[in-house]
Amino acid sequence: MVSVPSRGEVDYVAETVTRSVKILVAGNFGVGKTTFVCGVSEIRPLRTEETITEASIGVDDLAGLGSKVQTTVALDFGRLTLNPQLALYLFGTPGQERFAPLWEELARGALGALVLVDTRRIEKADDVLSALEQRGVPYAVAVNEFEGFRRYPLEEVREALDLAPETPVVAVDARRRDHGLRALITLAEYLFRRQEATAS
Amino acid sequence: MSRGRRDPDLVRSYVRTGGRVRAAHELDLVTLVRSVADARPDHRPDERRVLALTSRRGALSIAELSAYLDLPASVVKIIVSDLLDSGHLQCPTPAEVKPELALIKEVLHGLRAIAG
Repeated sequence: MVSVPSRGEVDYVAETVTRSVKILVAGNFGVGKTTFVCGVSEIRPLRTEETITEASIGVDDLAGLGSKVQTTVALDFGRLTLNPQLALYLFGTPGQERFAPLWEELARGALGALVLVDTRRIEKADDVLSALEQRGVPYAVAVNEFEGFRRYPLEEVREALDLAPETPVVAVDARRRDHGLRALITLAEYLFRRQEATAS
Repeated sequence: MSRGRRDPDLVRSYVRTGGRVRAAHELDLVTLVRSVADARPDHRPDERRVLALTSRRGALSIAELSAYLDLPASVVKIIVSDLLDSGHLQCPTPAEVKPELALIKEVLHGLRAIAG
């Protein structure tokens, strides 16, 4: 019961790191969030689980014990040491509205979000975008171009998702580290421009 | 209390945290902690696990503790909060607190350096 992984199996943050930031990698089920996080992370990606309470629609409630059930939601995350003092955590964030309680915590203090979309199911991204907008989390969109699938012009994606003109849209192969880093850079550049405009 | 029977996870979390449901400290999934003192014999098993995992050198985030110990992050927060109060854990002290714009710039430079 009191088992703990041996220290050799644990990826500690470098001793000099004193600060941490988080960016969300948001998207619907199967869109490649975990693949993206795995591709970019410098550590073996980890999984944290959280229990949320949700309405038990469709669940038998014969005893009248209330209409809520506890569900476990798994979040895959990874880490990147950006400089000797600062670590970035990337959280794969599931899109479904029923995970709203989890979103409150993830969104709080997040610098921004990269929204992964799959052009085969593009309309599914709407929920994710509204969840971010409601919580004031700025985002960029990355279209995950699964191998062998038709590539859409990014402008069509922008139109289909009704994105603001300044919202960046990039194409990525979520498996590739260089693509992942480039998409995060695009997001960070956007966050910088946005913050600079607010500050001035 | 019939909910308890339906919901062993809820009961276990409650027992594991000594009956509290909320952490006293404002802790985030990415809050970093280090150990500064060894476990005492009267520490609960999960407190001992947290102290066995944390290091005096490199820190770990709440999310990492949760993943390595296979405990919900909400439970880890309560345990960590107690251990911060008792002086067994510590959050590393940043040399400076940066405004948002400087922080984003730092993130951007870091990412560019890694991408090469």
